[in-house]
Amino acid sequence: MERYYQPEIETASREQLTAWQNERLVRQVKHVWDNVPYYRKKMEEKGLTPDDIRGVEDLGKLPFLSKADLREAYPYGLLAEPLKNCVRIQSTSGTTGKRVVAFYTQADIDLWEDCCARAIVAAGGSDEDVCQVSYGYGLFTGGPGLNGGSHKVGCLTIPTSSGNTERQIMFIRDLNATILCCTPSYAAYIAETMKEMGLTPDEIPLKAGIFGAEAWSEEMRRDVEKTLGIKAFDIYGLTELSGPGVSFECSAQTGMHINEDHFIAEVIDPETGEVLPDGEQGELVFTSITKQAFPLLRYRTRDICTLSHEKCPCGRTHVKMSKPRGRTDDMLIIRGVNVFPSQVETVLLNLGYGANYQLVVDRVNHTDTLDVLVEMTPEMFTDNLGEVSRRQKQIVEGLRSMLGLTAKVTLVAPKSIARSEGKAVRVIDRRKI
Amino acid sequence: MNVNQISVFLENRPGSLLAMVRVLAEKGVDMRAFSLAETSEFGIARVIVRDVEAASAVLREAGYVHSVTPLIAAAIPDTPGGLEQTLSALNDAGVNVEYMYAFVGSRQEGAYMVFRVTDNDKACEALSGAGVRLVSQEELEQ
Repeated sequence: MERYYQPEIETASREQLTAWQNERLVRQVKHVWDNVPYYRKKMEEKGLTPDDIRGVEDLGKLPFLSKADLREAYPYGLLAEPLKNCVRIQSTSGTTGKRVVAFYTQADIDLWEDCCARAIVAAGGSDEDVCQVSYGYGLFTGGPGLNGGSHKVGCLTIPTSSGNTERQIMFIRDLNATILCCTPSYAAYIAETMKEMGLTPDEIPLKAGIFGAEAWSEEMRRDVEKTLGIKAFDIYGLTELSGPGVSFECSAQTGMHINEDHFIAEVIDPETGEVLPDGEQGELVFTSITKQAFPLLRYRTRDICTLSHEKCPCGRTHVKMSKPRGRTDDMLIIRGVNVFPSQVETVLLNLGYGANYQLVVDRVNHTDTLDVLVEMTPEMFTDNLGEVSRRQKQIVEGLRSMLGLTAKVTLVAPKSIARSEGKAVRVIDRRKI
Repeated sequence: MNVNQISVFLENRPGSLLAMVRVLAEKGVDMRAFSLAETSEFGIARVIVRDVEAASAVLREAGYVHSVTPLIAAAIPDTPGGLEQTLSALNDAGVNVEYMYAFVGSRQEGAYMVFRVTDNDKACEALSGAGVRLVSQEELEQ
């Protein structure tokens, strides 16, 4: 029997959802027009006033907002509430440029935690569960978001934050944690460490994992599910929109339900900005219709995915998004070919090797080079040099057919590739263009 | 009758061989034979030790990917034609040698060689038939 955190919302009819979206979008446009000069200017440039937006069907009239806008408006330029109404900030890691600082009123925090609570219940969580939150706490939204959601569900919450893997495992075992929340690469690391400790899946109390904040493949999901003996659920979000919980997976594991009562999703052609129909791959764009302090209209996420309104067996009615293939800014263009790090992961896992890899891109004599560092695993190793070289060539072949280009594969010592316990460093781009 | 070889994955860069050997030295692992096979990027160190389980534990602890393979070890007459005789016996039995290397035995009775072959049982039979004395892991542990 499927359980929901907010059944009347999560299973609402399409008519009801559209009615909520119409009303909330109109109110939100008025809110930013009145309170955010940056938005008012952008709307005026397109000759728009709030009267032009009467519902979701007018959404396409609004200008897009990009990460560049957020940088330009840093720190207060998009703030829509007086600071005295704000209770929290969260911030992005700033790895791709200037940090983004997002502001929250108490109502913003509440809706964010509700979204995370929906994800935890969809993963089978209830007040009977012990939920270990191994996402980083602090400015990063992962820890605070799932922590709040876990409280709302009534789980016993273990706020371990990331790092100190031995302590993580100790808490999981001693306190019988049943749900683990962290990045997929950290989940894989915990799984690997447990395997090294000789623990079998039935000696690990976990039953579900909620993993997000970075791109990961189906193969990696199966791998972690097997090693930890759990069902692994994807969760998606962006600091700009609140944090994790913008969308989440249900028991069907065929895409993530977008919380449409808070966020309107569109998929667009990243070149032309044209809105694409269900099933067509493009860039995901979100409009937050309930956020008070930091509302974003038509924000371009740079994530590439598809949308589906097909009926879901779980009973939730909210639109589903496919697992993003990666951010447009994670995508590498190597010798004119689009390469996502997650494709490399798929090749390695399909060959039965671990997903510990790093792409090093360089430019030698005006030609791009791709060197894929792969950590040696017991599965890949034998005493026979020729056989190890054959397996190395097999990876080269696998990459060639997956990516359509020839990469060099370098086998490196175990654990020699830097693992951040938050997010994996998958790409080093040394090209100076 | 086999001896167990430990094969260890190493990156081919300065210091990586030393680092591994140092780990073994610090834990008092007694090596009886050592051979290195390499490509330009990586290598495989092949080691015969007195105590395989202890050495394997030391390597695992230090994070080395390694495997244990049973090989044939033989005492070869230290006279011209000694190796020829041995290989000839293997050849007649249709056993292919993938790699081999020499090591120092505890008894003063000629040269010791280990062979990685396609079929250990067949090789043992052929060598015993040709009067070559085989060396066991137990003998190395003495």
